[in-house]
Amino acid sequence: MSIHTTFKGLAALTGAAALTTLMAGTALAAPAVIYDLGGKFDKSFNEAAYNGAVAWSEENGEDFLEFELQNDAQREQALRRFASQGAQPIVMAGFAWEAALTAVAPEFPDTNFVVIDTVVDAPNVRSVMFDEHTGSALVGALAATASETGTIAFVGGMDVPLIRRFHCGYAYGARAIDPEISVIETYTGTTPAAWDDPVTAGELTTAAIDEGADVIFAAAGGSGIGVLQTAADAGVYSIGVDSNQNYMHPGSVLTSMIKRVDLVVQESFTDAADDATFEPGRVDLGLSEDSVGYALDEFNESEISEEMIAAAEDLKAQIIAGEVEIHDFYTDNACPLD
Amino acid sequence: MSARHPLPRWMDIVLLPAINLIMAFTISGLVVLMIGESPLEAISIILYGAFGYGDGFGYTLYYATNFVFTGLAFAIAAHAGLFNIGGNGQAYVAGLGVIIVALALDQTHWLLAMPIAIVAAGIFGGAWALIPGYLQAKRGSHVVITTIMFNFIAAALMVYMLNRVLKPASSQAPQSETIDVAGRVPQLREFIPFFGYSPVNLTIVLAIAALVAAYFLIWRTKLGYQLRTLGQNSVASRYAGMSNSKLIMIAMTISGACAGMVAVNEVMGVQNRLVLDFVADAGFVGIAVALIGRNHPIGIGLAAVLFGALYQGGQELQFSMPTVTVEMIEVIQALIILFTGAMEGLFRPALERSYALLSFEQNAEATRRATVEPES
Repeated sequence: MSIHTTFKGLAALTGAAALTTLMAGTALAAPAVIYDLGGKFDKSFNEAAYNGAVAWSEENGEDFLEFELQNDAQREQALRRFASQGAQPIVMAGFAWEAALTAVAPEFPDTNFVVIDTVVDAPNVRSVMFDEHTGSALVGALAATASETGTIAFVGGMDVPLIRRFHCGYAYGARAIDPEISVIETYTGTTPAAWDDPVTAGELTTAAIDEGADVIFAAAGGSGIGVLQTAADAGVYSIGVDSNQNYMHPGSVLTSMIKRVDLVVQESFTDAADDATFEPGRVDLGLSEDSVGYALDEFNESEISEEMIAAAEDLKAQIIAGEVEIHDFYTDNACPLD
Repeated sequence: MSARHPLPRWMDIVLLPAINLIMAFTISGLVVLMIGESPLEAISIILYGAFGYGDGFGYTLYYATNFVFTGLAFAIAAHAGLFNIGGNGQAYVAGLGVIIVALALDQTHWLLAMPIAIVAAGIFGGAWALIPGYLQAKRGSHVVITTIMFNFIAAALMVYMLNRVLKPASSQAPQSETIDVAGRVPQLREFIPFFGYSPVNLTIVLAIAALVAAYFLIWRTKLGYQLRTLGQNSVASRYAGMSNSKLIMIAMTISGACAGMVAVNEVMGVQNRLVLDFVADAGFVGIAVALIGRNHPIGIGLAAVLFGALYQGGQELQFSMPTVTVEMIEVIQALIILFTGAMEGLFRPALERSYALLSFEQNAEATRRATVEPES
């Protein structure tokens, strides 16, 4: 009985009523965040977005809306759903949002959108880009100072330009400290499953250690956990990514290449909610804004000496001043190391 | 035990799937109950989300379009006794054929571009399935192993093509250039505004045509007869003078071509470009669809709509019940695949026994009457 009657009831009320109950449940103009494929708790990129939303929520005592994607076709659907529900602003993280947002943004001129890691040109969209290559260069420099064998390694996730950009910056940063250093480059895979494959990542790490690497940088989303674990077991250094992962294996995680996605989400929830403070257009966040860089906290302070910090800060100043050029993989889809 | 008693057709194709579905929904309901939500409310949200309004129904049909193609792909191979689990890779590689045609012809008209893209998708998808078919026929490498491995090769190939060949220099995301409006398959919403913003497009007509064509192929043609003979008894088919190796290769090619049609829907009808992993595991869902549908076109059509409804309704559930996470929805989808696919035979022995008992009594009754009557 009740399945049928509830269904008929709901159908009779139609979309409008369903929407009002939804809007009654959450405050009007609540901010919304949509996570990319890979899941909310990936201990990395998506989780950074989630942490930023939670920080905003704790600060303001208000709720936010969120959605985890299952497939690409849901992108436009989720955007329209939140926009017609009155969410303000809508923040989304990930390079794959370009097409969906380009289609939906003009339909909701009163809604403010913030997209991270890709650029969409519309009057109601703010596009936030991070300089992953310069942030990676700093952890590369730290890796080069910490390495005793003269060999360091990079374990990437899915082999896409974004991850190659991490690698290239890492290698350039290491070369800036030690021009002779050798950098081993590996990727866990070519499918999205590569983001969530700690076992393969661990095997690649073991192989790199066998080849003499004693610092391994993981830019592999959820797979990075395998790199950090294997490095800790083998007694060598690892470097985390996106979120601060120093706490995971104190003494073994040398540092983390942090990308302050959390701050972007947290700040966007406040300033993009109000048209008076919302500024559309492209925003590039890099070393000078401290939006990318290396993490220093109580878990790794014993591993990073004053000289290492000095070397990294020196390189940072030189990059900002334009004295040292860190190659950006995006400019030519290549990483000319030699 | 004694020999198995075959079930009557209606029990096999209606009752068994129904029991399996009810079990899957009951256990899913318990999962929902465990997190403190009402299962009845959950199911009404799923039903409303999947069928209750135009956008939702459109999404259900859009997912179903993909599942019809992959379901048919699995079924056609299954009739020939082949377990093709490489639908994912075949559909993925077919995307290459579609995008080449679509980008070359997007200045003309979709009426020209679409048929050629269909042929291209069939050739690419079919060729990708023909290789495992050849290895099975001539070298004895089992298709289960080779097709699943070909999924990975396909993924690696497509990442290479997207990153190094198809990606325009201006873009950072690994995807091809966008197909011009003239070369896109028209959306159903252009004719029927009811469908709102949903991506269901004219490819659904192709899906229905494929269902009809598959019926005729399997049950009304000489080739279909040969394929079924091979599937039921490969010794008999060889004895009858058929070339088993040729039939294996033909079955795999048709199967792969069918899976390739997913690319027409996704690349020309929905995404309008080739993106990474556009198949989104439709190939694997197709296996469950074919199993529930008993490898029959009508069953596959219904099962595809069921899975489309689960995908779309699950999405609705995530919006309306924030406590139901995406993992929970995947658990529910997995339970249904488990009950209808992997544990398909769970209730069959019990059902067969009770049916045999029932028919034995009826038989005894009939025999008694038959023997009594002549005396009177």
